[in-house]
Amino acid sequence: MDIVVCIKQVPDTTEIKINPVTGTLIRDGVPSIMNPDDKGGLEVALRMKDSMRANVTVITMGPPQADAILREALAMGADRAILLTDRKFAGADTLATSNALAGALKCLKWDLVITGRQAIDGDTAQVGPQTAEHLGIPQISYVTDLVHENGNMFSARKETEDGYQILEFETPALITVLSSANKARYMSVRGIVEAYGKEVEVWGADKIDVPEEKLGLKGSPTKVKQAFAKGLKGAGEFYEVDPEEAVSIIISKLKEKFII
Amino acid sequence: MDFELNKTQELFRQMIREFAEKEVKPLAAEIDEEERFPAETVEKMARLGIMGIPVPKQYGGAGGDNIMYTIAVEELSRHCATTGVIVSAHTSLCIAPLLENGTEEQKMKYVPKLASGEWLGAFGLTEPNAGTDASAQQTTAVDGGDCWILNGNKIFITNAGYAHVYIIFAMTDKSLGTRGISAFIVEAGTPGFTVGKKEKKMGIRGSATCELIFEDCRIPKENLLGKTGGGFAIAMKTLDGGRIGIAAQALGIAQGAMDETIKYAKERKQFGKSISAFQNTQFSMADLHTKVEAARLLVRRAAFKKDKGMPYSVDAAMCKLFAAETAMEVTTKAVQFHGGYGYTREYPVERMMRDAKITEIYEGTSEVQRMVISSKMFR
Repeated sequence: MDIVVCIKQVPDTTEIKINPVTGTLIRDGVPSIMNPDDKGGLEVALRMKDSMRANVTVITMGPPQADAILREALAMGADRAILLTDRKFAGADTLATSNALAGALKCLKWDLVITGRQAIDGDTAQVGPQTAEHLGIPQISYVTDLVHENGNMFSARKETEDGYQILEFETPALITVLSSANKARYMSVRGIVEAYGKEVEVWGADKIDVPEEKLGLKGSPTKVKQAFAKGLKGAGEFYEVDPEEAVSIIISKLKEKFII
Repeated sequence: MDFELNKTQELFRQMIREFAEKEVKPLAAEIDEEERFPAETVEKMARLGIMGIPVPKQYGGAGGDNIMYTIAVEELSRHCATTGVIVSAHTSLCIAPLLENGTEEQKMKYVPKLASGEWLGAFGLTEPNAGTDASAQQTTAVDGGDCWILNGNKIFITNAGYAHVYIIFAMTDKSLGTRGISAFIVEAGTPGFTVGKKEKKMGIRGSATCELIFEDCRIPKENLLGKTGGGFAIAMKTLDGGRIGIAAQALGIAQGAMDETIKYAKERKQFGKSISAFQNTQFSMADLHTKVEAARLLVRRAAFKKDKGMPYSVDAAMCKLFAAETAMEVTTKAVQFHGGYGYTREYPVERMMRDAKITEIYEGTSEVQRMVISSKMFR
């Protein structure tokens, strides 16, 4: 079984600041990390490697320094790493990104593609589903658990707003995974020692069969208008009361805020 | 000249820092309070390869270097000095002398199990009457034909009771003085070898520090480490390496106390402003920060020299002396900045201050380091 995990290098948004004048991210001094949902996806793949000897390839599209997260993935146990990097990819929105990723995936052999649910710098949750559409394969998003049934049958636990679903599916398919799916493993010391001795394949736009107008800024129908940090919500209030009293508390609170 | 970590070392620091924050920090206060050896943490470290960082791959290690090893001890000790010393004693005091002095058979028998963390290692030199004067060994090893027969007591032995392999020093010929001391590999469970009372200590309270008792303990002839009479030289060389580990531990404690104090000084308000806004805080913390950085450079340089195969005995003594005294100064001032709160166990700085003290004492007191540093100065 072959699994490709799509990962992204993102600024650690717990440490991010926004320039209040320009509305852009201040990246100076902010550490770059592997996107947490992607790491959860990589862990799902590595568990398949542990249990059924799956071959795990990681791929990322980004600037040359995104090499760092590929090394991290290798140190965690990935078998192969590919860096999609080219000036022609720069400025890509989610559509152009998924065009490039799907183009690269068409050059690889795989049964399952795993992406994170969403990246913490953009929070769109679009790249995984779009990629599946380009590839014409089924997709399950918001996955927190993956179990191999038999042959090419798997079952996935998909989180929904009010609960979860257990879905059976056949590969080839794409799943998007939440970081809460698992506790991703640490890199092993030996994996770290060997990571920089391994090859990271560098692929440019000429390596994939995607028209240039579908890549990068040219292939991006959307533009970022404004970036902002998520506001902190105030701490919630807890009431341990019977249902009737609870209803009256909620109603009075809603009235207080002129919602009703 | 290059003052930066290489990419592998950077990647390693990222891992060990996260591991220390998520797996080690949450247990630090508890194992101190309960004087409990953190066996679960050792197991986790074993799985990741942290128990054999600078050990060559052919002996089952991770194949890393001593700089990585010092980063590990520093980052672990930043949150829990007990965890730091478990790794340091195991790596520097047990695996290192085996690698440096063992026969191929001895190395193949012991090192892979130690490097994988399946076994834990310890080192027994100190005796009730042989502390700084380690040459005054009273433990004896007598040639019993097909075995060595050990008799005597060792004290203050780190990892005792949990270790499977002990490097033990004993007199094989009293008339030869230090040249009559030999080193032996003793396995836990050998008849005649028992672990005695556990010390109740001021700091590093989760670390198991016990007495070792040898009563007609017969060990196989092939468990002599190095040559007969070569034990004292092995002990001294081993301690040179160990001092880099303890210096890294002291550095970690100091850094941890700095982190806590910076956080507290920003939060704590007196006279209507954060105490970080007072020049006394700023100037004192600037001095401490400078000393911590200087200690880090000394630790890294000693580890660098060891990695390059250069003589590092004086460098090891310097980094341990300076890092230990820095740890004591930083933690004492950290408690002072925390005021009454710092004196309580609600905040970690009082534990850090108690933990820091041992770094000025074990693996050679600060006075011993000064002897080592000055020994070649006036020749």
